[in-house]
Amino acid sequence: MNLKVSTPTKVVKPSRRTFIDFIREQPLGFIGLIMIITMFFAAIFAPEVAPYNPEDVDFEASPALGGGQPSWEHPLGADAFGRDILSRLIYGARTALSIGFFSAMLGCTLGAIIGTTSAYFGGKVDLIIQRLIDLMLSFPIVILAIVVIAIFPKTVVVGIDINVIIAIAIPFTPKVARVIRSQALTIVTLPYIDAAKAAGYSSSRIIFRHILPNVSAPFLIMLTAFIGQAILLEASLSFLGLGVVEPTPSWGLMLSGVNSDYYRTAAWMIIYPGLAVSIAVFSFNLLGDSLRDWLDPKLKL
Amino acid sequence: MLKYAFNRILLMIPTLIAVAIIVFLVLRVVPGDIVELKLTAEGGEVSMEQIEAEKKRLGLNDPLHIQFYNYMIGIPQGDLGISLWTEKPVAEEIGSRIGLSFQLAIFSTILAVLLAFPLGTLSALFRGTFLDYVIRIITIGGIAVPAFWLGMLLIMLVLSFGKLPPLGTVSFFVDPLTNFNQMIWPAISVGYRYTSVVARMLRSSILEVLSEDYIRTARAKGLYERVVIVKHGMRNALLPTVTVIGLEFAFLLGGLVVTESVFNLNGIGKLFIDSVIRNDLNLLQGLVLTVATAFVLVNLIVDLCYAALDPRIRYQS
Repeated sequence: MNLKVSTPTKVVKPSRRTFIDFIREQPLGFIGLIMIITMFFAAIFAPEVAPYNPEDVDFEASPALGGGQPSWEHPLGADAFGRDILSRLIYGARTALSIGFFSAMLGCTLGAIIGTTSAYFGGKVDLIIQRLIDLMLSFPIVILAIVVIAIFPKTVVVGIDINVIIAIAIPFTPKVARVIRSQALTIVTLPYIDAAKAAGYSSSRIIFRHILPNVSAPFLIMLTAFIGQAILLEASLSFLGLGVVEPTPSWGLMLSGVNSDYYRTAAWMIIYPGLAVSIAVFSFNLLGDSLRDWLDPKLKL
Repeated sequence: MLKYAFNRILLMIPTLIAVAIIVFLVLRVVPGDIVELKLTAEGGEVSMEQIEAEKKRLGLNDPLHIQFYNYMIGIPQGDLGISLWTEKPVAEEIGSRIGLSFQLAIFSTILAVLLAFPLGTLSALFRGTFLDYVIRIITIGGIAVPAFWLGMLLIMLVLSFGKLPPLGTVSFFVDPLTNFNQMIWPAISVGYRYTSVVARMLRSSILEVLSEDYIRTARAKGLYERVVIVKHGMRNALLPTVTVIGLEFAFLLGGLVVTESVFNLNGIGKLFIDSVIRNDLNLLQGLVLTVATAFVLVNLIVDLCYAALDPRIRYQS
């Protein structure tokens, strides 16, 4: 038997927007992306890019002895120990980006799992989870992070402060959980979830294999936005002496050691590290905003 | 309206009880030992016996349910226990500092509202123009620039023009001018973010409202553009903006934590950091409760404003 399949002469492709379209429609987001990639490469190749070792102390160049002005030798000046600021900023990008990425990733993943679970089970589970989330949302993120810092003992694994990452991730979790839940609520009513239940799949399989992949757009948007927030939070915590500790180069930490005399005599010690934080957060915000406009303009964060 | 307000106030109680319970439970797992930290701070060796005796004196050796009972019974009476470090009542420690933080919060709110309304409105009305782009870049900057860095830049600026205002805060009622001079810089450094968040919210809600059908109707019946924008547009765009103003006000403490340490202000933000560094659990507990209460109260005020602004909410309940 011969089945004749008529092939349409013109195949109508579903309009898939490419990366080129993103550049064309969201030029600001593309600029943010380029800045992020630049920082990323500077962080990876820090030993090659940085002119000095960030921990090299040179008291000759300390502003305390009248030195350290921005010059050919030290383009952005030197800090109180005569350490090169540019090199510390480049190595600081490692700290900022790694803590930023891991904590945002942890917070968003936990939030996504909690949000979908809450939406999938509904009823009492949903109610209890929502009340807890409301409770956590009634605290500013800095306050929550500091409380978590107070609870978890300091733990450093391969040069990364695990407790700082957890402290930054936890305040993000309820925010992500709420947004993801509202998205997942519409998904759980779709027929294919019923089909999956009818096929006898376990709840965890349905949550991880059938619901989570479908909330990847808001997940990606929030991940980008929260990396920026995490960098800001890491800088604030380190500035307060509750985050990363010396001698790890961190942008926030570079600002915390500023003696009141340096306000007048060594402005470069204050200006550049803060500028680095601002530019990094700005880039992630630009990219996050554009991703939202592009993928899901109605999403409210 | 009165009944609505009453119901909202009653609803606050279970929330605060839940916060009190959770805060207690969470903070009891803290590993750091305040007593050891406190005794070694005075220098010298400390024996186990001394630590135990001190613990007993501060009531840290009581069984958890007794501690919990004392804590929960104390709260309604305004007794938050004693600070483990200074041994003064927690309520007194917080009370003596909250005024400063509150004033700062009020200052930056006024600043933010005064700036955000023109910025947000202009940005929305001139959407897509050069002005809109400038305002948007300024406001995106507001959520990227760390408040403490902005504070440091302001200190540098003030220093380069003259002298910093004297240390040690002067009350507004004693010397308003000095007080203003002392408060304006920290208020700006917290207020920039605040302004940006409110302006962005206002812009997006005005744009949303202006695309509604009733705006087209209002224009179609020939109303002046000014009347359409102010009476039909702004009034509806105001609702989400009021929420954001309230939310950010309640969350100002987050910004104050860092700003107060930049400007060396002795408010509750600084107290918060001290309590964490010294492992002073009772104080931390009290502060977290204060933050939660502030949040709940502000939410109440926001809801009442909502009811005042929007008759639909009033009649619903």
